[in-house]
Amino acid sequence: MKVKVISRSTDEFTRDRSQDLQKVFRNYDPKLRTQERAVEYTRALTAAKLEKIFARPFVGALDGHIDAVSCMAKNPNHLKGMFSGSMDGDIRLWDLSMRRTICQFPGHQGAVRGLTVSTDGEILVSCGTDCSVRLWNVPDYRSKNLSESSGNALEPMAVYVWKHPLWGVDHQWDRTLFATVGAQVDIWDHNRSEPVNTFKWGNDTVISVRFNPGHPDLLVTSSSDRGIILYDLRVSSPARKLILKTRTNSISWNPMEPMNFTAANEDTNCYSYDVRKLSEAKCVHADHVSAVMDIDYSPTGREFVTGSYDRTIRIFNYNGDHSREVYHTKRMQRSLFASVVVCCFWFTVIADEFSVPCRVFCVKYSCDGTYVISGSDDTNLRLWKAKASEQLGVLLPRERKKQEYMDAVKERYKHLPEVKRIIRHRHLPKPIYKAATLRRTMVEAERKKDQRRRAHSAPGSMPVQPFRKRRIIKEE
Amino acid sequence: MGKTRVDYKALSTQCKKKKRRTRKRKRKLMEGGGNLDWKIGVMAHAPAREGKKESKKYYQNYIRERGKEEEKIKRTRILVVVIFDELDPKSKRYLRGEGANLEVLRDKKLKGQLSIKEKLYGQSARAAAMAEKWLMHAEHGYLEAEGIEKTWRIKQESILTEVDIISSRKTFDMFLPELGPYKLEYSLSGRHMLVGGRKGHLAMIDMITMDLVKEFQVRETIRDVVFLQNELLFAVAQKKYPYIYNRDGTEIHCLKEHGAPLKLQYLDKYFLLVSINKLGELHYQDVSTGVIVVSYRTGLGRTDVMQTNPYNSVIGLGHSRGKVTMWKPTSSKPLVTMLCHHAPVTAVAFQNGGHLMATASMDRKIKLWDIRKFEVLRNYVGYAQSLDFSQKGLLAMSNGSHIQIWRDSDGNNDYGQYMSHSMVKGYQVGKLRFRPYEDVLGIGHSMGLSCILVPGSGEPNFDTWVANPYETRKQRREKEVHALLDKLQPETIMLDPTKIGAVRPQRKKEKPSKLEVEAAMEAAVEAAKSISFKNKSKGRNKPSKRAKKKEEAVLNAKRSFLELQDDEWPMKKPKLDEVSQLSKSLQRFARKKPS
Repeated sequence: MKVKVISRSTDEFTRDRSQDLQKVFRNYDPKLRTQERAVEYTRALTAAKLEKIFARPFVGALDGHIDAVSCMAKNPNHLKGMFSGSMDGDIRLWDLSMRRTICQFPGHQGAVRGLTVSTDGEILVSCGTDCSVRLWNVPDYRSKNLSESSGNALEPMAVYVWKHPLWGVDHQWDRTLFATVGAQVDIWDHNRSEPVNTFKWGNDTVISVRFNPGHPDLLVTSSSDRGIILYDLRVSSPARKLILKTRTNSISWNPMEPMNFTAANEDTNCYSYDVRKLSEAKCVHADHVSAVMDIDYSPTGREFVTGSYDRTIRIFNYNGDHSREVYHTKRMQRSLFASVVVCCFWFTVIADEFSVPCRVFCVKYSCDGTYVISGSDDTNLRLWKAKASEQLGVLLPRERKKQEYMDAVKERYKHLPEVKRIIRHRHLPKPIYKAATLRRTMVEAERKKDQRRRAHSAPGSMPVQPFRKRRIIKEE
Repeated sequence: MGKTRVDYKALSTQCKKKKRRTRKRKRKLMEGGGNLDWKIGVMAHAPAREGKKESKKYYQNYIRERGKEEEKIKRTRILVVVIFDELDPKSKRYLRGEGANLEVLRDKKLKGQLSIKEKLYGQSARAAAMAEKWLMHAEHGYLEAEGIEKTWRIKQESILTEVDIISSRKTFDMFLPELGPYKLEYSLSGRHMLVGGRKGHLAMIDMITMDLVKEFQVRETIRDVVFLQNELLFAVAQKKYPYIYNRDGTEIHCLKEHGAPLKLQYLDKYFLLVSINKLGELHYQDVSTGVIVVSYRTGLGRTDVMQTNPYNSVIGLGHSRGKVTMWKPTSSKPLVTMLCHHAPVTAVAFQNGGHLMATASMDRKIKLWDIRKFEVLRNYVGYAQSLDFSQKGLLAMSNGSHIQIWRDSDGNNDYGQYMSHSMVKGYQVGKLRFRPYEDVLGIGHSMGLSCILVPGSGEPNFDTWVANPYETRKQRREKEVHALLDKLQPETIMLDPTKIGAVRPQRKKEKPSKLEVEAAMEAAVEAAKSISFKNKSKGRNKPSKRAKKKEEAVLNAKRSFLELQDDEWPMKKPKLDEVSQLSKSLQRFARKKPS
């Protein structure tokens, strides 16, 4: 007879001294854990609820400007540094962690329209409607005396006066050129008082410009004649032009896939294009209810943030047709009730006259991808978290693991109605909610009308065009 | 303004190059050893900023290191291959079923995503198998006969002489003749035993230290005892109501809504206390909130045969007409009604895996059922007053003073005798319970309590986060909080718990679409039109007659399709209620609907 029975001595399974950690034994046998699915589902539901509870994206407002914030630039060399320019000609350097101004750059006579920083973070370039380009040495704000005397005024390194008001500026990646736009596109060198190169295509004002992060000689501009134009600095004339049905307010390149860019359009949508194939948009990002004013990609290239005239900020996935997140505060919405929505087919114009407007004019993703900064015309900069419910600060490994687990179960059960409802829900201010409903009705009505027209016309006379192509008028 | 070519190609080739490079790197990584090249590349670049000399040194160092590491990797790779061959069958258990068939998918994107997921499942299963290999050191018990010996002839006394002293202390016989027949129950971790004597004797015993935690007299009939979430609280089915006591013997609650209970069960993941009372009513009460979730009349008479299926928390009831019914709190009718026997059911037990049920009845039969298919697997002859499955799948049954333990020897549910044990003649065994995580069977009988050793019955390795016999007070508290956070809703009790979050299978028969039906009809009409008729005589071959015949054929062909369309949306039958069926004079006698 051979016999063996389970026999445990208590010493083996308990700790020796009270200072020791408790002993842990694992057995992953599924038979010991019954109803795994139900437990996971319950945890997913709890995780979704917790995410909603902890969704507090607004970190703080940075006030100091005395007029609307018109443009921002992030310092690629310093995580906390953020420049902002306002309509009264004021430029400020902010310390985001302290939420205060480090120093000011006075000098512009009119509105500051464009700000950019060279890739090494040494030189700040600003331009404005006073027809001047100003170059500033970025102070080393790690030195102590500067941070103590906040509100320090600085002198510009160089002032170049030009022929026409300037609407935007962007610095080349890793090199010394920068481009300003206005009546034409001018390419400047740091050390020359005149532009080294000038491009022009059409007579309308160019309103924004962005250099390609992968290819330093490539830049894209958008102009008020509804066009998006691509330039190559190595050749003398512009390369490509795309004319849409509405104006593009701002453009941003995807830093990780530098052949793609996304254009923030006046018709409430954003369009992602592949430079190699401009005949149709790669993706249409729709959710805003009014013109999109600015756009900026996260450094990961996986998502981007948009600021809109409808007083909200939205975060989209780079390939998502609807926004992942919408941010707004009560203060931003204060007087929207006065707005009159005038709509004709696709074109939405919000005509309004208010006392305290708060439209978002510029947005930026922080260089580490964890914050979003928005500048609006109520003179404030607002600091948001990129992930609304993320816990800030250093996480313990245990906390991080727990968070990862929660995310995983949420991902796994997100298709179930209860979980989906909680994850998808976002509160929207009433006017925006109403405007969105109205837009939906309009789109649906137009679709139906189109369908009927098609049904009653000769087959083939009205070819079906996808929406990704429909907004493009011409490609040159 | 002329078009000029931008170097898009260069742009795209740059991207491609990058991709190619990473691909190459990946391939190298897959081949193993290659990761070192990568490392060298990275590391050799790093010091280049400081000075060329240093970088050279670094490089030389790395070449040397590389040789060593490659050796090491080769060795470990061989070891890993050996281990994986061994682990594959083991990891199957952790895969939780077959993987999805990706071959049939047409959507490439979905296929890619799913294949990545499948790979992850495979990895985690393998990791679990690996953990099993290295971390679960305890082996399960066994009893093997040598020569002509039979395992069921081996007496407890001879087993006791063979085993170590700690194990031999686990057996005992407690002689308690006055307050007899005893019911017993173990806590989830198997550390505590709760004992209830018919005549009001309650006791809780710590089975590891063999201490009497509490002993008291309720001065009332006790029919059943059950532990709640942990050993701090337990419920007792007494003469008129179930009561909840704490470990110190203080009465916490009297659950009057339940009526006089015959049997209690506790669903630990749901915090539900389930009772069946003398009137055959089933009550579910949430012990964390105190709310009665539901109560149902079974309508099948008085019974005290109730057992929880641990796999899906469905309650099984055995009835006096030979039926076994299964209940969940969200349906007022039983989920399943099985006619298992032609005589009163005396005991029901469910195996841990949830697929096997054992029933015993007065008709001298013990049956094993596959409750996925609701089929009889095995039919045995014998009486049993009490049945219980152990964690490892042994089946204990009692008949009078005799206890038998059966084992599934070859893995296809062919249970055969494994051990037997006889109490003193005249003792009536009331309840059998295997102790979780131990090779011990607890016996409650008319003259007291006994424990015997049953090698190979318990799970040798416990999981600290599931049930820990050596739990400290702090751990217990934390576990309680976590259990409350993960408390399941009663809706999640269902026959197949893996259905949660799964996709509903497609309906087998899909309706033909309108277009398809129309096309089929047209084809049939065309076929009918092209039928050529025989030449007939006596005026039946007139063109008018022929035309008429053709028309009829076409109509017939059409009709069948039109009828089919009508059948697709049958009119809803108006429900006739009993009242309107009766004549007016009799309507007042109609049975009223329970509201």
